[in-house]
Amino acid sequence: MTALGELTRPWQAMSYGFLDPSAKREMRRAMLKAVAVPGCQIPYASREVPMARGWGTGGLQVTLTLVNPGSVVKVIDQGADDSVNAVSIRQFVQKVAGARGTWDTQEATILQSRHRIPEEKLREDQILVLQVPNPEPLRPVQPNMSLARQMHADADYGRLWLVLYEQVVRSGRIMQGASYPALVNGRHVMTPSPIPRWDLPKLDMARHLTLLSAGREKRIFAVPPFTRVQPLAFDDIPFRVEDHASLVCHRSGVAGFFMNEIPQPDGSARHELSDSHFGIKAIRRSEGEAVEIGETWYRNGAVT
Amino acid sequence: MSLPSPRPAPQQPPRDLPRLMTTPPILAMTGISRRFGDVVALQDVSATVYPGEVLGIVGESGSGKSTLLRMMNLEDSPDSGDYRLAIPGAAGNLFDLDRYRRRMLCARHVGIVYQNPHLGLLMGHSSSGNVAERLLIAGERRFAVLGGRAREALDASEFPLERIDARPIELSGGMQQRVQLAKAIALEPALLLLDEPTTGLDVSVQALVLDTLKRLQRDRAITMVLVSHDLGVIRTMADRVMVMRRGRVVEEGLADQIFQDPQHPYTQALVHAKL
Repeated sequence: MTALGELTRPWQAMSYGFLDPSAKREMRRAMLKAVAVPGCQIPYASREVPMARGWGTGGLQVTLTLVNPGSVVKVIDQGADDSVNAVSIRQFVQKVAGARGTWDTQEATILQSRHRIPEEKLREDQILVLQVPNPEPLRPVQPNMSLARQMHADADYGRLWLVLYEQVVRSGRIMQGASYPALVNGRHVMTPSPIPRWDLPKLDMARHLTLLSAGREKRIFAVPPFTRVQPLAFDDIPFRVEDHASLVCHRSGVAGFFMNEIPQPDGSARHELSDSHFGIKAIRRSEGEAVEIGETWYRNGAVT
Repeated sequence: MSLPSPRPAPQQPPRDLPRLMTTPPILAMTGISRRFGDVVALQDVSATVYPGEVLGIVGESGSGKSTLLRMMNLEDSPDSGDYRLAIPGAAGNLFDLDRYRRRMLCARHVGIVYQNPHLGLLMGHSSSGNVAERLLIAGERRFAVLGGRAREALDASEFPLERIDARPIELSGGMQQRVQLAKAIALEPALLLLDEPTTGLDVSVQALVLDTLKRLQRDRAITMVLVSHDLGVIRTMADRVMVMRRGRVVEEGLADQIFQDPQHPYTQALVHAKL
């Protein structure tokens, strides 16, 4: 006779990586589907994690599913590694998975990010996880989600172009700042989370896998390596990134990258690198330390 | 002095057959039947439309005329029936096409003006944007061309161009219909469907919209199918008339013939009620 106790696992305080195995299995299946159909939103169950919806629960679930004891995790919040949100997510992953945390883009294997893609190029062995608040690019033009899904099925994106058309008519240029809609692999239009326009060209034919996950909306989508990501733009009005090429970081003296604007009491503004650890590395190098800075997506403010 | 030789007698040109007899129809529907539960909406209805003509469809409410028009726009499928359009890329029974092909075909080749502008227009977008959307769906990606052609279409439907950026919701009923019309003709469709385009407009605006339609028809020789319960509108616009009742076509013929010499008792009642 086999005792029931022999068939069950020994008691544990929690499963590895916080999520239970069936939740991770479901996540993996959703991720595989998302990779198989680039840019298509795949539904998933979105489990509870000890964090409020809207603070990166979608990204966290992907990270917890992908993580293993050998992983090196970097968490970015608006370009910074030291904000409360970034620190607590990174510490949580370290605690429940035994993975190592880092600030260095070169060193990390999993990068969970909110609003930014690092300035240094990512490699094949790195995975970028983006936290997405609103995964549906059609929401502003079609509030009915059932109809929006039909529009995706029909590749009926005329209304997204219409929004851009009206922005040009009204303002003379495209006003869409973040979440700029982009056509993935020539088929699905995605909203690439609230990354600035500056970061969108980084996804095109990138070497790394990007997973975009919305915890509250329970949708996951992906940009696999070497996939075309084309921002929607008119033939005679090309896509433009932010005019940050000429801005100089007041702390590191580096120019030609995406900057944060810091208003000064006298009404003027100073700028500093948005990718904070990239800035730290630049300062260290200028002080004579042997710091390795990877190849960057942009050089002198232009995409390489 | 010789007399000028007599001019040769003018030769009689060979008498052409009427155009209706020589040109193949642009639209051919045969044996369309459609039931909604117990209600028979259409019973074995056939219709043909020839290039450049205006086919008027009259009938009381519930006679199936709007259902028929929805079928022509491929928004609905019948229980049985065959639908062919003589346009490039549309071979075979169009009801066999999948959703995507139907949508692309209709977006490119069929224009429609609904009675209710909310069905045909995006109320949150500008009027020029509404027209441009049609071109965007058809794949136009040049901003200058989009703007230019939207303006052209709105101008052709006699829309006041100073209001081009106003949203349709801010416009009067007559102007909303003009925006719908501009949207419908922007791609120069092979077929223009009009579902009670002037119902709900006051008589003077109705006359202006009909004027525009008439002029468009004359200038561009657009093939139109006009559904209305208003005999006055049909009489003004249509070359041929189809009278429908309870899902069947009860009478069909040239407009003058139907109005002067109605044969079917229902048509007689209809014509006499009007006049």
